[in-house]
Amino acid sequence: MLLSYRDALNQAMREEMRRDSRIVLIGEEVGYYQGAFKVTKGFVEEFGPHRVVDTPITEAGFTGLAIGAAVAGLRPIVELMTMNFGIVALDQIVNNAAKIRYMSGGQLSVPLVIRGPGSAAHQLGAQHSQSLEAWFCHVPGLKVVAPSTPHDAKGLLKSAIRDQNPVVFIEAQLLYGTKGEVAEGEYTIPLGRADVKRAGTDVTVVAYSKMLLVALEAAERLRQDGLDVEVIDPRTLKPLDLESIVTSVKKTGRMVIVEEGWRFCGLGAQIADSVYAAAFDYLDAPIVRVTGEDVPMPYSRPLEDAAIPDVPRVVAAIHSLCGVA
Amino acid sequence: MTDMDEHDLRSLYRQMLLIRRFEEKSAEMYALAKIAGFLHLYIGEEAIAVGAVAALRPDDYVISAYRDHGHCLARGSDPGRVMAELFGKATGLCQGKGGSMHLVDLANRFMGGYAIVGGHIPLATGLAFATKYRKQDLVTVCFFGEGAVPSGQAHEAFNLAALWKLPVIFICENNRYGMGTPVARAVALYDNVAEAARSYGIMAERVDGMDVLAVRELMRTVVDQVRAGHGPFFIEAMTYRFMGHSMADPSHGHYRSKDEVEEHRKRDPLVLLKHQMLSQALCSEGDFKSLEQEVGEVVAAAVKFADESPFPDPSSLHADVMVEE
Ligand SMILES: Cc1ncc(C[n+]2csc(CCOP(=O)(O)OP(=O)(O)O)c2C)c(N)n1
Ligand SMILES: [Mg+2]
Repeated sequence: MLLSYRDALNQAMREEMRRDSRIVLIGEEVGYYQGAFKVTKGFVEEFGPHRVVDTPITEAGFTGLAIGAAVAGLRPIVELMTMNFGIVALDQIVNNAAKIRYMSGGQLSVPLVIRGPGSAAHQLGAQHSQSLEAWFCHVPGLKVVAPSTPHDAKGLLKSAIRDQNPVVFIEAQLLYGTKGEVAEGEYTIPLGRADVKRAGTDVTVVAYSKMLLVALEAAERLRQDGLDVEVIDPRTLKPLDLESIVTSVKKTGRMVIVEEGWRFCGLGAQIADSVYAAAFDYLDAPIVRVTGEDVPMPYSRPLEDAAIPDVPRVVAAIHSLCGVA
Repeated sequence: MTDMDEHDLRSLYRQMLLIRRFEEKSAEMYALAKIAGFLHLYIGEEAIAVGAVAALRPDDYVISAYRDHGHCLARGSDPGRVMAELFGKATGLCQGKGGSMHLVDLANRFMGGYAIVGGHIPLATGLAFATKYRKQDLVTVCFFGEGAVPSGQAHEAFNLAALWKLPVIFICENNRYGMGTPVARAVALYDNVAEAARSYGIMAERVDGMDVLAVRELMRTVVDQVRAGHGPFFIEAMTYRFMGHSMADPSHGHYRSKDEVEEHRKRDPLVLLKHQMLSQALCSEGDFKSLEQEVGEVVAAAVKFADESPFPDPSSLHADVMVEE
């Protein structure tokens, strides 16, 4: 069935909330407003305000509350209106959610999903256009998921909700309206498994979230130049499915990583490091990264365009890597 | 009251009118896609910025949240450069890097608009800390919505300001909603949000935020007191936003009724002041017509300036990330 990314998320949470009364959804405007991006449309009507809880603008407070509730046996889903506001809750996420299991010697656990849109939309400015996945990936104790398609979004969110650990689930404003085929009926997609979105033999492109769409478009354009590009979506950023990526690199011998986040200490640096360690001998050339520019996101359109990877830049990177002018 | 002469009231009215017409025009420009991203209009709330700033010296500090056009214009910023910033042009106040939510005009001591709710309130205490440290007799005025009051950052700032007797004036613009959430569902002491400040020993008062003269009068007393070193003050200005939360939100959502909006529109701050001026025979209808004419020309010129200005060159992308020696 053809579904938008937004509706796929809505279905995932709805199905899970129907089967498990321990799940509560908590966040700003999730109830009566139907979600800032309408992801939770119809929820308060179906599940009531005791399970779909509107909060004041207090991310540190309600994220901490959700962590406490998870420790006490609930399975909260925290909706951050955008991931930028997760920075306000970062202490709770890093110092509590990620560490409680370990510090308690395995006595306590935090089955919790923290979800919301990350990355830039159109000209939202520096404080509202950030790709922070590398921050979360850096912290032991968290899982991090960033799906690119409606089908993946649904299956992965259901798995995230059923997971025993805190999962940071990163969506994207510009993906909410995108549509794709979603399997009928009940299904889940396990966390930690990459997906080959397009098979090819000449070069491996790793991309996730919005950048997956950019990579696929670039691959399509390169077909006209006779290049056969394989595109892999890790889908779960942590734990990373290195095996699938390495399998692909062993086949193609070349790799490009596309990410929207800042280059310095970005996720691509980690992926490259892991691939070098596992498959150096199979690489015909150094790994190329296409990343966001190391600047706070400017508001102005031409500057914003210059700061975010786009199809021409990915095409150019692959051209230069594959020696096509 | 000797100061309530024609010239004085006319100048307050003109400033409110300028903000009103400027913002109506920006809404038009948004519809034409000349402006993008988030655009939060201040329409209905103009009396607060104008009344408060009228009680300040040019060297006092002003800082605001993302609904900041009114504060910036009231502070005396050039409408052309503000409009150019909204257009993302190189001639904008921040060279197109900030946008609507992040106006800054250092020359007019407008220290910025900030888009993380509550995040700028500690900054205000920092400005005040610096002026006190340097023994300057300056005050800092910090504008924020009632939705920011429950945030942890606000509370930490209130306590610091009170503890260290900082010369800061917190002005809470209580427009009764934070996005779609009515204050009664966001603040525990919703019919007296000033208690949040009082509980730290900060003196507080409520004012009719639709009455520019009432705002200015209260501010004059408060500014004297704060400037004299008696510590911070909290003003709760009761107001109403006539438009949607941002351009993405309909002017009355399902969270408030058309009737409610219409009811509040009867107390339009411009209409209130105009009636007062007419009834005291301080101005004629003709005077208002020529004011309209003059302000209309200023706004038209601002749009023309913004429209004809160049976009920033992409080569400026990395400029000003850091101070370069
Ligand atoms: C920390 C944080 N959380 C959420 C948001 C999203 N958001 C932007 S404005 C807003 C409502 C703010 O309401 P209020 O403080 O009353 O100001 P108003 O818009 O009414 O002027 C929200 C939830 C944000 N910008 N920052
Ligand atoms: Mg408000």
